[in-house]
Amino acid sequence: MASGERILAMEGLSKVYRLGDVEVVALRNINLELESKLFVVILGPSGSGKSTLLNILGGLDVPTTGRLHYFDHDLTAAGERELTRFRREHVGFVFQFYNLIPSLTAIENVALVTEIAARPMPPAQALDLVGLKERMHFFPSQLSGGEQQRVAIARAIAKQPDLLLCDEPTGALDYGTGRVVLEAIERINRELGTTTIVITHNAPIAAMADLIIRLSGGEIVEKSWNERKAAPAEIRW
Amino acid sequence: MTTLYRKVLRDASRQKGQVIAVTTVVAAGIAMWVTMRGAYESLVESRNSYYIAYRFADVFALVKRAPEFERIRLASIEGVTEVETRLVYEITLDVPGLPEPASGRLLSIPDEGEPALNRIHLRRGRLPEPGRSREIVVSEAFAEANGLSPGEPLAGVLNGRWTQFQITGVAISPEYVYELRGAAVFPDNRRFGVMWMRRDALAAAFRMEGAFNDISLRLGPGAREKDAIDAVDRVLEKYGCTGAYGRSDQLSHRFLSDEIKQDRVTGIIVPAVFLAIAAFLTNAVLTRMVTRQRDQIATLKAFGYANSAIGFHYFLFAMIPVSLGAILGTGIGIWLGQGLAELYQRFFRFPSLDFQLSPAILLGALAVSVSSALVGALAAVRSVVALQPAQAMREEGPGLYHRGLSDWTGVGALLPLWARMILRSMERRPVKSAFTVAGLGMAIAVLLVSRYFTDSLDYLMRVQFELVQRDNATAVFQEPKPLAARYELGRMPGVLRVEPFRVVPVRLRREHRVYRLALQGIAPGSEMRTLLDADLREVPLPRAGVVLTRTLARILHVREGDWLTVEVLEGERAVRQLEVSALVDELIGLAAYMDLDALNRFLQEGHAISGAYLRVDPAQAETLYRRLKRTPAVSSVAVREAMIASFQKTIAENMQVSVTILAVFAAVIAFSIVYNSARIALSERAHELASLRVLGFTKPEVAIVLIGEQLALTIAAIPAGFSMGRALCEMFARAMESELYRFPVVLTQDSYLYSLVILLLASMFSAALALRGVLRLDLLRALKTRE
Repeated sequence: MASGERILAMEGLSKVYRLGDVEVVALRNINLELESKLFVVILGPSGSGKSTLLNILGGLDVPTTGRLHYFDHDLTAAGERELTRFRREHVGFVFQFYNLIPSLTAIENVALVTEIAARPMPPAQALDLVGLKERMHFFPSQLSGGEQQRVAIARAIAKQPDLLLCDEPTGALDYGTGRVVLEAIERINRELGTTTIVITHNAPIAAMADLIIRLSGGEIVEKSWNERKAAPAEIRW
Repeated sequence: MTTLYRKVLRDASRQKGQVIAVTTVVAAGIAMWVTMRGAYESLVESRNSYYIAYRFADVFALVKRAPEFERIRLASIEGVTEVETRLVYEITLDVPGLPEPASGRLLSIPDEGEPALNRIHLRRGRLPEPGRSREIVVSEAFAEANGLSPGEPLAGVLNGRWTQFQITGVAISPEYVYELRGAAVFPDNRRFGVMWMRRDALAAAFRMEGAFNDISLRLGPGAREKDAIDAVDRVLEKYGCTGAYGRSDQLSHRFLSDEIKQDRVTGIIVPAVFLAIAAFLTNAVLTRMVTRQRDQIATLKAFGYANSAIGFHYFLFAMIPVSLGAILGTGIGIWLGQGLAELYQRFFRFPSLDFQLSPAILLGALAVSVSSALVGALAAVRSVVALQPAQAMREEGPGLYHRGLSDWTGVGALLPLWARMILRSMERRPVKSAFTVAGLGMAIAVLLVSRYFTDSLDYLMRVQFELVQRDNATAVFQEPKPLAARYELGRMPGVLRVEPFRVVPVRLRREHRVYRLALQGIAPGSEMRTLLDADLREVPLPRAGVVLTRTLARILHVREGDWLTVEVLEGERAVRQLEVSALVDELIGLAAYMDLDALNRFLQEGHAISGAYLRVDPAQAETLYRRLKRTPAVSSVAVREAMIASFQKTIAENMQVSVTILAVFAAVIAFSIVYNSARIALSERAHELASLRVLGFTKPEVAIVLIGEQLALTIAAIPAGFSMGRALCEMFARAMESELYRFPVVLTQDSYLYSLVILLLASMFSAALALRGVLRLDLLRALKTRE
């Protein structure tokens, strides 16, 4: 069990979407505190609100009610400009569909982020961390899905973020490739101490986490701690 | 299929901006088509019915004096169905409120009743009563310009005698639909008018009883005009005939035909260009749409919809802006056309000129718009057909990028990443980039063309009135005078310099090619008539031989150094071979020049002059013109300033209207193209831009990537647009060239600047819209969905 200072605090967080005339409650009354350096897995079926939660934590979205603190900063009150700065300085994102810039090579995709970061690591080093040093001059179209996702991870961590947010990082990948990607994420968490939050509907992945949070219908239904974290290689799905 | 129809409408409403862009361009094209084509047909229709109803003659000839009985011989010429003999005289008029003399062309009408040919259409008042020798009818254009009405007097010099006429009516005639004095190119209705008088009165004044000096003939169907002209010449040769001519050499008819020809040309080229752009835009919008709807198309295909059904679906989508544009354009076109018809009425005088829209024009509009939709939808349909459902439903991989030229050359490494993104994306799809550049270039080109007409006209005016004609006034004698007459002019008040000239009607002949015109003898070393080449360099007047304007040389198929047969059509009727000693470039009319002395030697009539160019002291100009007005020997005075002013009032104003319409349309089109291209760029990159935003890029940083590419393409489009614009102008110049005018491709710096500024404004406007798009990017959706 790792521990550190309190990095994120959610207090009565709710999110309501308006879709035409219908109100959809995506999150209701989320209360949660997370400490730094943790590996957190948020589990839940589709529609459980996990993506909404991740988006709010990453400054892509704002809650309808409730409060969100990042260290001492109140993100609830943050405007568009502040959220952009928050993302730029503190958050690394990994998405299901990688979202690489197709016109930039692997290393350029990473450099895209390091160029605007305060204390980045060299892009080549970031690619090395995910085992892609050899392919750093390849364009996304020349890489496999797993490799593209690892570039995305390198891109996310190259700025040495405080928070690594991964939205279904293995969702578009087969088992073998997915495992390599999970290894990369696990390694970042372990070696760099980056607080990592992975959301997935894939329950076995939870075995990797320090803390597992189960969401259902927009509410936290369970919070549990792993005594022993499993290595990615041990996980089967 | 009904669901597909609904989809068409929804897709259209979702892409309002682009639908509006295409609609506007189509509307502009159709409006131009309806206006110009309608104006063309209205003019042709009005002219033809006018000519028939008022019995416009087919062949015309002037003589010095021929006995009336020759009429019988003329009537017996094969093919001639009717003969009208007349008296025609140029007289000087004293128009109230006008310092300089005005000229009147006095035409006789029979002692009683109406003329058999070239009938007049009375607008107001009545014809002169038989036997009332001072009664005249004046032309409408002249009456309007000078505020004359039936019942009012008008003074003039009738064969050397100061005469007070009485106006009984205001009329128009098919002979003077466009009312021009002799060699003038612009109508000057204040200083030139046509008037009609009973023949016995006119004959008495000029002692021409039992004689005529002008004939008009009408030919029966199937008669050969050339044979009739030759026959007339044979009959009238001994009476000092200056050569019979057909309608094509009749001034008013020729001008009208030129205008009609220009309307026909612009009525085809302009809409064609606009509709081509519309097709281009439709194509761009649809291509983008098909790419975005790949999965939808695949689904439809998987459900069993045939290629033709899906293809037709996209064609229908294209038809939405196209049919909206066609309806709107037809409305605007009718409105503009009616305005244009009213404007035409100001200098083409018809009994009535109504803007008419034939079913053919409407069908034409329909056909061209549908075909532009078809052309626009073609690419889309092609990719629909090519699409394999299974393949299309699978997620598309990241776009294929390679290291491009910028990378191989090492330039790329020096650039920031956003610049590399821009460069690679352009290099990746060179055809698409080229198309965008072409589209933006087209916007510049259309803007340039809209300026070309004004620029060219300004240039033409400047060349003609600042470089070629430098006199203040041109005085023409009733009859050729001895050279000494110049001294009399020189002694008049305010005359600073006199340069005599001689004008003789001639027929220039080279093999079977013939051209009739007035050969001008000008004084060597003339300061008031300058001969210029195409680069506006002065061409010295050769001592011998004849100088032709290049257009005339082309008509006669002669080059410098070739020999021409010159047949003089008056006096001793000398016929000689003359060498074409130089070619000059003039933008207005056709001309042939000779050294005055050489011409006089050629004519063997001693030193005679027809008139003189005058340099006038502005302070005494009025006094001089008043004097000239009462000088019987002077039949007309053309004042340069007045000509320019009259030109500005008629031709320039008329042209200004069409040019303004064109300029507005051009600007609208330029905006549409730029806007559309920005919209497409935004839609293509939304996904990528959203990724950047999520990674923490600020809005301005993301905007640079989007706008940067547009900006790069826009910059690339500038030189392309300038050359396309010039090419288009040259096409217009060639199409509109006539014997009367040449519109050289002259484009001022201002025009280039104007095109750039409009393009820039359009770009800024579109950039602002695109920015709004960036600001509104739904980050979450863009990331969740595959492009």
